[in-house]
Amino acid sequence: MTQAPIAKAHVRCELNGQPVEFLADQHMSLLEALREVLDMTGTKEGCNDGNCGACTVTMDGRIVDSCLVLAPEADGRRLETIEGVAPPGGLHPLQQAFLEEAALQCGICTPGFLVAAKALLEREPAADEHRIRHWLAGNLCRCTGYDKIVRAVLRAEAEQPKPRARRSGTA
Amino acid sequence: MTSKTEPKRKFRVVGTRPIRHDGWDKVLGRAAYGADVKLPGLVHGAVLRSPHAHARIVKIDTAKAEKAPGVLAVMTAADMPVAASQVLDLGEEVTNATYASDRVMARAKAVYNGHPVAAVAAVDLNTALEALTLIDVVYEVLTPVVTIEQAMAPGAPLVHDDLVGDDIGERVEHTNVAEHIRYEVGDPEAGFAEASTIVELECRLSRAHQGYIEPQTATAFWSQDGKLTVWTSTQASFGQRDALAGVLMRPVSSIKVVPMEIGGGFGGKIGIYLEPLAAVLSRKCGRPVKLVMERRAVFDATGPAPGGIVRVKMGVDDKGLITAATADIRYGAGAYPGAQINPASVCVFASYRIANARVDGYDIVINLSKTSAYRAPGAPQATFATETVVDEICRRIGMDPAEFRLLNASKEGDRRVDGPAFPRIGNVEVVEAIKGSAHYRSKLGPASSPAKKRGRGMASGFWQGIGGKSTVTISVNNDGVVSLIEGSVDIGGTRASIAMQAAEVLGIAAEDVHPSVVDTDSIGHTDLTAGSRTTYATGAAAIKAAEQVVEEMKNRAALAWETDAGNVRFEDGVFSNAVAKGQRLTFKELSGKLGATGGQISTTGVVNLRGSGGGSFAAHLVDVEVDTETGKVEILRYTAAQDAGKAVHPAYVEGQMEGGAVQGIGWALNEEYVVGDDGVMQNASFLDYRMPTTLDVPTIETIIVEVPNERHPFGVRGIGETGIVPPMPAISNALRDALGVRLTELPMKPGRIMAALKAQAAS
Amino acid sequence: MPTVFIAMPLRRFTGGQATVQVPGATLREVVENLEVSFPGVKARLVDEDDPDKLPPGLSAIVDGEATVLGLRQPLEPDSEVHFLPAIAGGADAP
Ligand code: FES
Ligand code: FES
Repeated sequence: MTQAPIAKAHVRCELNGQPVEFLADQHMSLLEALREVLDMTGTKEGCNDGNCGACTVTMDGRIVDSCLVLAPEADGRRLETIEGVAPPGGLHPLQQAFLEEAALQCGICTPGFLVAAKALLEREPAADEHRIRHWLAGNLCRCTGYDKIVRAVLRAEAEQPKPRARRSGTA
Repeated sequence: MTSKTEPKRKFRVVGTRPIRHDGWDKVLGRAAYGADVKLPGLVHGAVLRSPHAHARIVKIDTAKAEKAPGVLAVMTAADMPVAASQVLDLGEEVTNATYASDRVMARAKAVYNGHPVAAVAAVDLNTALEALTLIDVVYEVLTPVVTIEQAMAPGAPLVHDDLVGDDIGERVEHTNVAEHIRYEVGDPEAGFAEASTIVELECRLSRAHQGYIEPQTATAFWSQDGKLTVWTSTQASFGQRDALAGVLMRPVSSIKVVPMEIGGGFGGKIGIYLEPLAAVLSRKCGRPVKLVMERRAVFDATGPAPGGIVRVKMGVDDKGLITAATADIRYGAGAYPGAQINPASVCVFASYRIANARVDGYDIVINLSKTSAYRAPGAPQATFATETVVDEICRRIGMDPAEFRLLNASKEGDRRVDGPAFPRIGNVEVVEAIKGSAHYRSKLGPASSPAKKRGRGMASGFWQGIGGKSTVTISVNNDGVVSLIEGSVDIGGTRASIAMQAAEVLGIAAEDVHPSVVDTDSIGHTDLTAGSRTTYATGAAAIKAAEQVVEEMKNRAALAWETDAGNVRFEDGVFSNAVAKGQRLTFKELSGKLGATGGQISTTGVVNLRGSGGGSFAAHLVDVEVDTETGKVEILRYTAAQDAGKAVHPAYVEGQMEGGAVQGIGWALNEEYVVGDDGVMQNASFLDYRMPTTLDVPTIETIIVEVPNERHPFGVRGIGETGIVPPMPAISNALRDALGVRLTELPMKPGRIMAALKAQAAS
Repeated sequence: MPTVFIAMPLRRFTGGQATVQVPGATLREVVENLEVSFPGVKARLVDEDDPDKLPPGLSAIVDGEATVLGLRQPLEPDSEVHFLPAIAGGADAP
């Protein structure tokens, strides 16, 4: 029995500010492409079915579960992963706040939370606690009980240079 | 956070909140977890699992899969040695090698849904998954034993034909009850005769999963020279090494376990699952093989906490003093014995002084995956019954629940039901902390709508913890920074809490200790990261190593000052000469002089601690609001008080308390294994096995109580586990307060609450 | 004389007695002396293959602390000895 090889997709996208090109099986998830093809293992797999948020990345600024996105769908898109959150040589205020608030224990959920929280802060730099809890409800953390994560996001908000304060919206 | 401290000694580092040493790697996405392992020539594997909970394996035909392009190796149990029925004494755990082997790959029978029957290694994961479909397994399906009632019924199908049960020391053949243990003190019947009020409740609990976000993984390379290296995320690198040696029948020294960063464990990552399969596949194909478990398999085939039936009866006299109590604890171990009935029996009445008590524990095998430790293993389920009974008693006799607990609290010198007396413990202090909290003194306030009702509940909890073996090596660099090598896997900030204890002794900053967690070839034996032992026991090893460094540094200072070592003082990080004023060197300065005073300093601290020093008590208080039209429960306010002995890094102590409470809230309200008559779990995903999210829980207010542990130089107690014990009964008690009905079955999901309200209305 | 607390499964050897006073300066001597008074009990307290060890899964708590010396554990005249299942902390089997 021979199977005709399925053509691989040629994907061109922007990843953490850099142009990248890669070949991916048609059915490969973006998560698998990031981890296995592009060697970006900061994005984590917790469930592979869209229910934990460990694999959260942004695509054109919107948060997605990369396990639910097919790699070929990333063609022409702008992606950001945990590896792109920090400025060169330093930490994003969220990362600093996560460290200072002890917002991680095992740390497996941390990349997903940071990517999701950064997307929130970029949209709503003055989100209140309720809004933060709403926004992060798609990310599971089993270690912390969430409180220190929420505190960390509030702290990062307070410490980031704020061009304009904005009221938080509703979900 | 507020703190109650018994001032004993002044600390400089312990009790502060430095940034954890591995923090940068973890917030930058650089930390390498089990699934992140990359090796030259790495190939991928997949596991074929039984779709039946109970089935004889008639035949496995792997010929087609073996010939498929890209497939490098196929294995079944036939490729594993028949592990001798020896008992593997792994220090704190005892493992029967035959069961351990059978559990990772079925030989004659599949005894749980998801039981591995074959595995494949191939050039990539998809090729391996495709190859699984080419394996032909013929099963003879047998009747599964799914519930405790089924397992104990006369004539029940047997999970293991050859299991010999132990009924309080008597052998029993042809049974599913692997063990029946009993503890008894005093005369319970006489005690009940003295009681003026007696309450008895039977509670039912579902099995619940640890829910760590990182699935199990294992990567193995079995080299031609016989050396096996395993990269895995485990709580027990040495335990895994020893278990692998037993299952593969290899010498322990031929195996090296490299612990990767671990994405949560809570007790669920102590045993071996994929490691032996990856090892055998690697031996067969000569390449490193990686296996990553799918989430469905994590639910189906790893070990959650046991469910069970717990009946507790307690009597009090007219002053509210407990006169007698009995407990009957039946846990479903899963397919192999070991449902933690012993710790359950030790913990069930631990919070109370009871002169007359009897505890019966039953370890029952059923056709579900073998249960594992889950945070204070065995204690939450048993304590659920005790603490709800206590709450009912308080209501009947009209006594404040905190007063009742203070009146009956176990204290130093009181005997646990299994015999030993408690040393200094903080049981009274945690109840007092709750009693003194703003939350306790606050008013509950009116419900947010007429259909809603509010209630408040309190519960106590205990976990004993363990001591055991740890090794730490400290080397002094000439810039005054020390490197600290340890074997304790860091799940929640223990690099920091251990480094801080060394820093305290050395008089340097926490940042000036650089901790590394290393593999089993690179450090002396270190027991598992579990049993609330790591900060306590590995911390003690670090203190010991650091004290040796100080002694040697004193010798060096003596050399430098040409004085007697006995004249060298060390205080607050400064060495000084008692007989020559002005001769002072900081730790850092003296480190720079090591080269000229004999060379490097490197020390090793080895400990084998005989127990935990009494364990850690907790008391929790919760306010709930229940929607009587939907049965939905909202947690309005939650306060947890726990005895930490001495909190080394208070933020991570709070983190353990908060995380434990939230896991308990999940177990109380939502989490359960929904298992069909066929023994198949019907909700094996994070969508249907609903763990709390950010929206489901409020801030957990924490009160760290510090009653020093006499067995630790700084008074530290292990605190990781107790936090999961009180939440379920606290919430049941709050619901009782709100609704006037007693929920005795977990989880207390909306349907059950509505049913209880309906029954209440009907009666 | 050390006091030995007899766990339930062993009480049939002691005629139901929950505690017994047994002379001995080490755990081994106590076990030997127990055997004299209560024949059969020793087989439950000593490893089949290694006469220095307790059977797997059993631990001896001496004055509140688990022994790490097995039957070689020295005892004080007023020591309190419990033979109990080894508590597996967060650990479990298999
Ligand atoms: S791995 Fe994508 S949501 Fe869980
Ligand atoms: S820190 Fe472990 S899952 Fe969030």
